[in-house]
Amino acid sequence: MKRTRLFLATMLATTMLAAGSASAKTLIYCSEGSPEGFDPAPYTAGTTFNASSRPLYNRLVEFERGTTNIIPGLAESWEVSDDSLTYTFKLRKGVKFHTTDFFTPTRDFNADDVLFTFERQLKKDHPWNQYTAGIAWEYFDGMDMPALIKSIEKVDDYTVKFNLTRPEAPMIANLAMDFASIMSAEYAAKLEAEGKKEMLNQQPVGTGPFKFVAYQKDAVIRYAAHEGFWNGKQPIDDLVFAITTDASVRQQKLKAGECHVAPYPNPADLADLKADPNLQVLEQEGLNVGYLAYNTTQAPFDNVNVRKALNMAINKQAILDAVFQGSGKIAKNPIPPTMWSYNDDIQDDPYDPEAAKKMLDEAGVKDLKMKIWAMPVQRPYNPNARRMAELIQADFAKVGVEVEIVSYEWGEYLKLSKEKDRDGAVLLGWTGDNGDPDNFLAVLLGCSAVGGSNRAQWCNQEFEDLIQKAKTLPNNDAREPLYRDAQVVFKREAPWATIAHSVVFMPMSKKVTGYKMDPLGSHRFDGVDIAE
Amino acid sequence: MLAFLLRRIGLIIPTFIGVTIAAFAFIRILPGDPVLLMAGERGTSPERHAELMKQFGFDRPLWEQYLDYLFSALQGDLGNSLVTKKPVWDEFFTLFPATMELSFCAILFAVLLGIPAGIFAAVKRGSWFDQSIMGTALVGYSMPIFWWGLLLIILFSGMLGWTPVSGRISLMYFFPPVTGFMLIDSLLSGQKGAFSSAVAHLILPTIVLGTIPLAVVARQTRSAMLEVLGEDYVRTARAKGLAPTRVIGIHALRNAMIPVITTIGLQVGVLLAGAILTETIFSWPGIGKWMVDSIFRRDYPAVQGGLLMIAAIVMVVNLIVDLLYGLVNPRIRHTR
Repeated sequence: MKRTRLFLATMLATTMLAAGSASAKTLIYCSEGSPEGFDPAPYTAGTTFNASSRPLYNRLVEFERGTTNIIPGLAESWEVSDDSLTYTFKLRKGVKFHTTDFFTPTRDFNADDVLFTFERQLKKDHPWNQYTAGIAWEYFDGMDMPALIKSIEKVDDYTVKFNLTRPEAPMIANLAMDFASIMSAEYAAKLEAEGKKEMLNQQPVGTGPFKFVAYQKDAVIRYAAHEGFWNGKQPIDDLVFAITTDASVRQQKLKAGECHVAPYPNPADLADLKADPNLQVLEQEGLNVGYLAYNTTQAPFDNVNVRKALNMAINKQAILDAVFQGSGKIAKNPIPPTMWSYNDDIQDDPYDPEAAKKMLDEAGVKDLKMKIWAMPVQRPYNPNARRMAELIQADFAKVGVEVEIVSYEWGEYLKLSKEKDRDGAVLLGWTGDNGDPDNFLAVLLGCSAVGGSNRAQWCNQEFEDLIQKAKTLPNNDAREPLYRDAQVVFKREAPWATIAHSVVFMPMSKKVTGYKMDPLGSHRFDGVDIAE
Repeated sequence: MLAFLLRRIGLIIPTFIGVTIAAFAFIRILPGDPVLLMAGERGTSPERHAELMKQFGFDRPLWEQYLDYLFSALQGDLGNSLVTKKPVWDEFFTLFPATMELSFCAILFAVLLGIPAGIFAAVKRGSWFDQSIMGTALVGYSMPIFWWGLLLIILFSGMLGWTPVSGRISLMYFFPPVTGFMLIDSLLSGQKGAFSSAVAHLILPTIVLGTIPLAVVARQTRSAMLEVLGEDYVRTARAKGLAPTRVIGIHALRNAMIPVITTIGLQVGVLLAGAILTETIFSWPGIGKWMVDSIFRRDYPAVQGGLLMIAAIVMVVNLIVDLLYGLVNPRIRHTR
């Protein structure tokens, strides 16, 4: 008995010691998953970006912490030509790459690094285009960069020119995205000479606020503050990602003091977390939208009055209560309220089953039978699509519309839902990439996306003209009224029922200071401190 | 004995080929493909989809892909993961020691507690002890692992603060892996307190993963013992005046052990299945969680390679169990 007690006491002491010494100036983040790699460009997952591009790298331009505003990064300034076809970047001088156990840089960041970063993604014959088998530049290609970038020129060591094939206002926002993280050309050359190219994805070197120390697969990632960081050393010395995939366990670890920050709590646990005197829970609306897209090319959904009537039949508040459990906000526009150009003057369609029924009668729609597609996966913009579909099914039944709920495996779902002659309305959503309204409106509702990511198969010339014109204008002040008008057209034409934007919660220890919720959904620890 | 061994090994070859076919077919029968899942909501054009499938080599005829997989596997090359781009072999062996360490501790826990409990229950048949042991075993067997794990975490880590919540070792200890087995590596590191931290981190996952095997072993031991205790030779031994500990511990136990060993061998498969959930709850970086993630991402090489390796391990364990039979019961070795 004595021995058992002694054993437990030793273990307790060890655990307490561990927690005590780790909290000195080490921030422990209980991350929700493992990064796929440490070169962000081939990947699309936020979990990977949180572990790679955000702590380790910089981009020419950056998102200001806590906003979607663009601020200078490794480029001190930039100029756009009058025809909007040439972007000239003046690069920052004296920027140091990380010195690590596996690499010691001999020079500062310069134009060669910018060229290396983009040309490896742009040029199929670049020696780093296929540096490991089966690599694909998903985001670079997805943002249509190969068609957009004509060439990239090094004017001198600290000046780089991007020549475009067409005017593209979101270009600057694109360059703040994770795929545009600047890599070290010198480190790449070293790896190439050693025949170890694949290490670029495993032992990263960047200019970012933290440098890579070690990764134990699926368990722990360790970073140390970058002493030579161009924007000043971080308040914390070490950053540790303790990979903890289960939300309930993350909550327990946070409460037990085994981590300081733990993302993505279960909605049901929020009350408990908020009640804990040692914890604080930050919240912000996510940069996303969950929607029900009708197929506007198929009768009777080609009739705007039918779509409007169905929208009025949906009890969104009931969906928020049952599906989001308080972690959502009713959506009335196709872009989230945190995004610039959000048109708050727009009135949402009221929930009015009686009026909806009348409108359907007037449109000559009787005994309508339709399908609603429910996603098989959980997403921030839709935590439980099946339940949501059931609620809409019940709502539609009240106005005499019979709904059959269908679902497919996720990959199939994404593929089949794109088909132009698809039968039924699709539940889906979108999370913004770069904080630009074009990234929602053109990608999800533009004419060129019909048969692709435009699940409503909706091509409205008035809307299209507005978003296309906005794309060519040089500054956001000029673009904003066009996007506001586009949202009016969207609401009038109702290609979707906009359902909800999620609210993202971030529980953390009260010792953590300076953390800012990122509207783009990434988790950044630059500028974050821990109280002693 | 050698002929017996060769016969057993000979049986492994068709099983191995069967496993490669099953692993290859399993992941391809599932709808969806890695490119669709990689692209997500953004989607990808049919041309780009075809280009990527070609790049991964998935546009080739299935028989060609299978033969390529089979011959590469025979040479120890399981291909590269589509997600991490790292060799599947490396990924597997980075994670496998964690699963093995946990499984070993779990089976040890099950055997060390299960066999004595089963023996006592059999000897004291019908007593309150027997009934409570068997009742507990039934509860343990029916326990949903996920719920059980969370319950223990909330109680012992959250409320009592006795054990750490999850992970393999406290984050204050940092040393490069040598063997991948945390108990050994923590000793090798020479860092004070590292070993006890590793032990503390093992306690709850061991209990959770070992609960079902413990219940099975206890029940199996009890029923095997009951059967043997009714045999004539045991009565003879008792009649001879042998001490009850000798009768039970030597005469009865040795014969009762044969079905128990079979059961323990079969638990290896159960452990690997249970490891998926246990590893998820305790953030234990093992192969269970890795396999599930790979299936969800349709990471063909990782799933094919992982399944093959797991099957190989189960086959080897079964071979060892077969050989152990021979040692415990010479009749088996001679009659086959």
